[in-house]
Amino acid sequence: MIDAATLDPTMRPFWEGVRLGEIRVQRCAACGSHQFYPRPFCLRCDGTTLAWVSASGLGVIHSLVTVHLPVIDDLAPPYRVALVELVEGPRFLGLVAADVEIGDRVSGRWLGSEPGTARLRFEAAP
Amino acid sequence: MSDLVEAVARHPLYIVGAAETPLGEVADESELSMVGLAARDALAEAGLTLRDVDGLFVNYMGEEGTVQVGEYLGIEPRYLDSSDLGGAAFEAFVGHAMTAVAAGRCEVALITYASRQRSLRSRRLVPAPSPFRQQLEDPYGLPVPIGYYALTAARHMHEFGTTRAQLAEIAVAARAWARLNPKAWARDPLTIADALASRPIVEPLHRSDCCLVTDGGGAIVITGAARARDAARAAVRILGAGEGQGAWDITQARDLTRSPGVISGREAFGAAGITPRDVDVLEPYDSFTITVLLALEDLGFCAKGEGGSFVEGGRLAPGGSLPSMTSGGGLSYCHPGALGLLLLIEAVRQLRGEAGERQVPDARIAVAHGVGGTMSTAATVVLARD
Repeated sequence: MIDAATLDPTMRPFWEGVRLGEIRVQRCAACGSHQFYPRPFCLRCDGTTLAWVSASGLGVIHSLVTVHLPVIDDLAPPYRVALVELVEGPRFLGLVAADVEIGDRVSGRWLGSEPGTARLRFEAAP
Repeated sequence: MSDLVEAVARHPLYIVGAAETPLGEVADESELSMVGLAARDALAEAGLTLRDVDGLFVNYMGEEGTVQVGEYLGIEPRYLDSSDLGGAAFEAFVGHAMTAVAAGRCEVALITYASRQRSLRSRRLVPAPSPFRQQLEDPYGLPVPIGYYALTAARHMHEFGTTRAQLAEIAVAARAWARLNPKAWARDPLTIADALASRPIVEPLHRSDCCLVTDGGGAIVITGAARARDAARAAVRILGAGEGQGAWDITQARDLTRSPGVISGREAFGAAGITPRDVDVLEPYDSFTITVLLALEDLGFCAKGEGGSFVEGGRLAPGGSLPSMTSGGGLSYCHPGALGLLLLIEAVRQLRGEAGERQVPDARIAVAHGVGGTMSTAATVVLARD
């Protein structure tokens, strides 16, 4: 576990969302685009009115790999890690099941809620 | 700025010395002593000594690296650069040195590096802290850097139909060159079938797609025409250099299959007034096979997505039409954590005609292309036999 509130105060709303099971991203009030991680300005239009919103959790697998060497204690290889592009735009890493591939539609939920150990897991979505 | 551009054009610059440190597994030297040895060897080629060095460029030599190296070498340079651009720093330093010398800020530039990452077993899989990586990437157990490169390779395969056999062509070409280089670490024969059968590390990348972990380093010396005339070996002219950067966190990369080589290549080739067709020898950063594939596309040797078919048929191997990784590269010769300096040294050897069995006949223009981080930085240098 890491002390995210001290490490990075700008991420506090995100971690509050994780505890509620939400995947929060920023939405720009001016242009409507979503971005993550958070910044005090919009990367697209330079607007400065940004609000945290709960993303749908739906996305598409952008890339996908299988790790065959031990990296951290509680993940026994082989395991699959995906880069998922949410329908809102931002990308997240996530663990995925064996039955999904690049290009597949997926839906994500949190396993755990503490910074440093919480992980997204994505499963096939209709 | 245009005055400076003109000054660079008016004052041709040369690499007048290039030397490796001891390579492989270095039991009896420290990183600083390795740097000391290589620096003196490179300066000796140029007819210079440490006292002549007034510009110092280092990366990965500890905090305030130029201070630690300068202290060890007993010099007090007046131009200092420890920019951390990962493994691409050394190609970037060539560009920085061009500007510094043209602006009169230094006259003799020393670029140096050494690592004992193999002997010290210091290669890390879990990255140094970055707030976003700690919160959003580390928990997924994606080893760094290979996991990030594997995501790039997987996306390239999905988008363009690139195959593992095509990536294996790159590893096989590097090994064929290494077999001609007595200093190379891995010299056993390697076939496409061997590469395909090597064990998976982070699929789609297998063992044969990954660079070595060795000790090593080197030094190069850059100066203007006046002092280049004193050099003991043929001076190699620097025609152009460029650098670029992309993302640090993989979730922030806008396009996984496009590296900052697009920027560094455009800058370097533009400054040199050449196109990829003019290149006789290419020294691309081969941390992984996919790193080379992206370099070929992003530097314009082939179109985006066509790297896989481009490397087929041994195009990069000895006898191929684009000799690349001619030392054996990071895949088979030496990869001391940061490869960029060794790419420059090999390019110099090829242009001087000193490469022995692996010499590319009549090599006139060579390109060294460094890559740092997880496709995070790139820097490109165009060199020519003068």
